[in-house]
Amino acid sequence: MQLRTRALETILLEKGYIEPAAIDLLIETYEKKIGPRNGAQVVAKAWVDPKFRQWLFADGTAAVESLGFSGRSANHLVALENTPSVHNMVVCTLCSCYPWAVLGLPPLWYKSAPYRSRTVADPRGVLADFGVELPKDMEIRVWDSTAELRYLVVPMRPAGTEGWSEDNLADLVTRDSMIGTGLAKSPKDLK
Amino acid sequence: MNGAQDLGGMHGFGPVVPEPNEPVFHAEWERRAFALTLAAAMPGDWNLDMTRFARENRPPAEYLAMSYYQVWFAALEAMLKERGLVADDEIDTGHSLHPPKPVARTLSPGDVAQVLHRGAPTERETKRAAKFKAGDKVRAKTINPVTHTRLPRYVRGRTGTIERVIGCHVFPDSNALGAGENPQWLYTVRFEGRELWGGNADPTVAVSVDAWEPYLEPVA
Amino acid sequence: MSGHDDHHHDHDHSELTETQLRVRALETVLTEKGYVDPAALDLLIETYEKKVGPRNGARVVAKAWADPAYRTRLFKEATSAIAEFGYAGRQGEHIVALENTPAQHNMVVCTLCSCYPWPVLGLPPLWYKSAPYRSRVVADPRGVLADFGVTLPQGTKIRVWDSTAEIRYLVIPMRPAGTDGWSEEKLGELVTRDSMIGTGLPKSPKDLAK
Repeated sequence: MQLRTRALETILLEKGYIEPAAIDLLIETYEKKIGPRNGAQVVAKAWVDPKFRQWLFADGTAAVESLGFSGRSANHLVALENTPSVHNMVVCTLCSCYPWAVLGLPPLWYKSAPYRSRTVADPRGVLADFGVELPKDMEIRVWDSTAELRYLVVPMRPAGTEGWSEDNLADLVTRDSMIGTGLAKSPKDLK
Repeated sequence: MNGAQDLGGMHGFGPVVPEPNEPVFHAEWERRAFALTLAAAMPGDWNLDMTRFARENRPPAEYLAMSYYQVWFAALEAMLKERGLVADDEIDTGHSLHPPKPVARTLSPGDVAQVLHRGAPTERETKRAAKFKAGDKVRAKTINPVTHTRLPRYVRGRTGTIERVIGCHVFPDSNALGAGENPQWLYTVRFEGRELWGGNADPTVAVSVDAWEPYLEPVA
Repeated sequence: MSGHDDHHHDHDHSELTETQLRVRALETVLTEKGYVDPAALDLLIETYEKKVGPRNGARVVAKAWADPAYRTRLFKEATSAIAEFGYAGRQGEHIVALENTPAQHNMVVCTLCSCYPWPVLGLPPLWYKSAPYRSRVVADPRGVLADFGVTLPQGTKIRVWDSTAEIRYLVIPMRPAGTDGWSEEKLGELVTRDSMIGTGLPKSPKDLAK
């Protein structure tokens, strides 16, 4: 596979179809720059700033763009509010749609057959795979990203974080908590 | 189970390619795997539905990548191990390392012809009356058991017509689990191609499945 | 044993060899334990490789073409009509004969595994057990027929029978024209395996002459 990739890159380069510097930049962007820290900042702000929170749930794309995160795979961003009565989970059963601008590229498990096949039918079983158990009576809402809308789960703010700064709060926001396969860390977990 | 065995309606497999003058078996190991599977069912004391479940119960990518008799053989190994008739170290070394378990029956050469000729009929007597009759409209239920079932996904939730009341037959969904034969009325149900595949489908096509009563509900 | 740990590599000959070795190993173990008798295995193989095959079904079809009383019995109660030839048993415990007519063509599949009427047709060919056939024939039977080089009139209804239970289906193709007065034996030569599954038609007298 490595050899085939290299061969194709060489051909495209020789034909002038691609520019090596652009390729390097693309890799650097998604390997180093864009990742779940972006989403964590969005969530932390939504936890401390009621106005931003309102905006985020009313128009996710614009609210997230105000923090400088926009573009590819987040042109239509919808924020999903976790509450004590509803837990949201995101999947793409048909391929691997994922909000790149706020979470970076998706992890292998998100793109895998076990996750894509089972989340829509047995979300609690999938949560158990992640070590997460929710109250029996909590509604679980699964969002299958079948179109160009991208979903970002906004987890519940952990208890015992009153007065924390956005930066500190962001440390509690895991990637999985923004997909719905995890919960935000508690202050205890941080230690 | 919603596994790779449930192929009806999937796309992307390409054309059907018949092999001219195809031999019955393509390799010596296929002959042996075939015969072992038939013969081991007696000491193994499993039924056909258990065998089918053992074959389909694997990751879809694996099922689709394996050849036909590779699937058979993998299921045979799995069932023998599950029942403690052979152990991993024995399969690794290719020799019996532990005493055999007592088994009720084995297949002797003298019995082969008779056993094959007798087969394993699945029709059973019942005093219950059949719920449906020919001509009745029925809907295949939406069910998604994680265990063995013989109701293909492509008919679930679809409406069809009872064409034939076949009789009362062993119910695979129970039999595959060792939960008894639990015989149920069996029907041939006819579905129009357009009901299964939508308004653009070929109007001359109809498909039937044989469906047990618990798979069906009346349509008013 | 590393059986399926490494299934990402190509399916080359070494994998077949590995399967071959595993099959031989299991046969030895089962024989040593007294669970199976190698002579019985040989007999099973011989039965389905040499004795039982589509010639059985061809005799049934030819008789249905030549003998109206038999035809009636066959469509009424196929299992017993077929047993008149001595064909019965495993994977043919409950057989239903399907009549092809100018108005309706029948095709048989098993989308869920590979159910097939062994006593009259022997073991199924590879294509019958393959994903392309099993996935497509229920949705696009005319496309599958095209793969076999068969084109039916647009108006002919196509009926696909998915063998989801223990009922086994045998298609009785239409008798070719120009065969009046032929013996059952000669008629039997026109009956192909595929014509009894529904992916083919019987040969014509011209085909036989070739």
